Amino acid sequence: MSTGTEETRTAAEAEAIAALPSAARRQARLPEWAPWAILGGSAVVVGGGALMFGRGIGLAVTATAVVFALLTYLASRIVEGGRKATDRLVTILVISAFLIAMAPLVSVIATVLANGIARFDAQFFTYSMRGVVGEGGGAYHAIVGTLLITAIAAVMSIPVGLLTAVHLVEYGKGRLARSITFFVDVMTGIPSIVAGLFAFALFALFFGPGVRMGFMGSVALSVLMIPVVVRSTEEMLKIVPNELREAAYALGVPKWRTILKVVLPTSIAGIASGITLAVARVIGETAPLLIAVGITTGVNLNPFDSRMATLPVFSYYSYVAPGVPREPFLDRAWTAALVLIIIVMVLNLLARLIARLLAPRGTR
Amino acid sequence: MSSTTETPTVSGRSSRPVLQLGDRIFANAARAAGILILVVLAGVAVFLIAEALPAIIAPSSELPEGHTLVAYIAPLVFGTVLSAAIALVVATPLGVGVALFISHYAPRRLAQPLGYLVDLLAAVPSIVYGLWGAAVLGPASVGLSTWLDQWFGWLPFFAGPVSATGRTMLVAGLVLAVMILPIITAVSREVFRQTPKLHEEAALALGATRWEMIRMAVLPFGRSGVVSGAMLGLGRALGETMAVAIVLSVSGAVTVNLISSNNPSTIAANIALQFPESSGLAVNALIASGLVLFVITLLVNAAARAIVNRRREFSGAN
Repeated sequence: MSTGTEETRTAAEAEAIAALPSAARRQARLPEWAPWAILGGSAVVVGGGALMFGRGIGLAVTATAVVFALLTYLASRIVEGGRKATDRLVTILVISAFLIAMAPLVSVIATVLANGIARFDAQFFTYSMRGVVGEGGGAYHAIVGTLLITAIAAVMSIPVGLLTAVHLVEYGKGRLARSITFFVDVMTGIPSIVAGLFAFALFALFFGPGVRMGFMGSVALSVLMIPVVVRSTEEMLKIVPNELREAAYALGVPKWRTILKVVLPTSIAGIASGITLAVARVIGETAPLLIAVGITTGVNLNPFDSRMATLPVFSYYSYVAPGVPREPFLDRAWTAALVLIIIVMVLNLLARLIARLLAPRGTR
Repeated sequence: MSSTTETPTVSGRSSRPVLQLGDRIFANAARAAGILILVVLAGVAVFLIAEALPAIIAPSSELPEGHTLVAYIAPLVFGTVLSAAIALVVATPLGVGVALFISHYAPRRLAQPLGYLVDLLAAVPSIVYGLWGAAVLGPASVGLSTWLDQWFGWLPFFAGPVSATGRTMLVAGLVLAVMILPIITAVSREVFRQTPKLHEEAALALGATRWEMIRMAVLPFGRSGVVSGAMLGLGRALGETMAVAIVLSVSGAVTVNLISSNNPSTIAANIALQFPESSGLAVNALIASGLVLFVITLLVNAAARAIVNRRREFSGAN
């Protein structure tokens, strides 16, 4: 086994090694410090060299990683043989894959923080954009719009999603349940823009082609949210032990009361956290709202009348169609993005917290 | 003992009608909700078709830019497939690597928090990725594009001329790759974790290195999971709107050149860019293109689900 990763050995691996004859264990190995030494060496020589010649930090890191992988492979191949060398190479590749995947997350959060913090002030949360030409102004109208539209979408989606999941798990047999399962899966994959077009097409039939209203956006978001609620609730209901249901039936409790009083309370933690995640998923949706709700500069609290501002759409228009001067608009776009990220992250944390706090006692 | 084998619907005589009423209401409400979902999905298709119909039957002279509908949508389909293909090529190996890292390489105690980190990638709203792609990744990619053009310019993908702003198909594809990475990772991770422990231990006991164990036990077991995860990611990449709309500089040219500023648009991005300013038949044409996107993603997702479900039947899990 590779020596640089002693701690990460699983119990199974440790056992496997212990089972080997001692002669096999004593075969030649790179010392434990070797990979680290190679890493340090290549970082100093290659990375430092690249930086000294004025290349970017990205190039320096990439070059270091490539040289490190090659040298480790060669050293291991000479000392330990081909199979272990391949193993080391793959280990380096897998770890780099993870680091590469983390790079955008770090970069996104750093960028949004750096650019958005400038306007992250009280005015941003208390002013709308009505009558604002240059600096100042805020996204109060957009924040209110986002919360309103998402809340209506949640109110429509949660009962439908919950009941559907109950039907699938508790009553579902036969063709109907199977087709619902299949189409819920298919619905999970509906592109958000198509959901927006659907809401538009639906309302345009009744109100004419120029219609825009907050409720349209809620309908579009519901189309995206319902399948997520169904899926997560279904998963949670499935792991409720059957013994609980049978015990309730044995006491003469009717099925619907069993579901309401036994099954749902047992799984409420997972269901609530799934719903929170579903809300987090739709609250950042831009495309459907761009089509169904549009944008406006003032506060509009009536979801059934005319355009409303929402945070993602506000951010989008501030960025792609800034006024003159550009800077205040770009600043507001980034701050809106920052607020959006914060909302989503808080919802995600909340979901984990709910799952932990509401979990039935005695488990986990 | 006989009472426990009775089904709940034939319990207690006196309260029987009341209970059955409650049961019936509840069961029907649940079924109605399920049927409502089917109706909504059918509604999506029907209303899209209804609104797309005027563009389908209209003479080509009345459509935007005077093209026929097919000539209008075909370049968009090309752009959509191209951007999604780049995303898939980049994200699939990376996603498998990340999944392997979390399931087999990371220390046990860190595995779950690291999984959360990857899930956070999925939580970031697409508009934020769009801003990031245009403001950070685009400018940062110019160096890479120049290098690619210099050394690989003989390939049609990197023929240049290099875009100075970095608002290229390559960057759009990379942003999409970041966005679908969590999906591929999540699905792969799930199947890798279900690999029978005995297979892994047997491989290790025979003296296999960790990589040989993964290649012989984990990857064959998880192959269908990786494929379906990649296809779910493909479905997401095909329909992604805002990131592409913000990042890509569009000219409508049909080209595989990934690093120039002449790029085909994608269906979704085109709708987002054109819709707010469109009226009349142009709106119908956009909805027709949305219908095409709907059908494409439907097929891709249905195929992915079919693979997942087939696997579930054969695996020993559950």
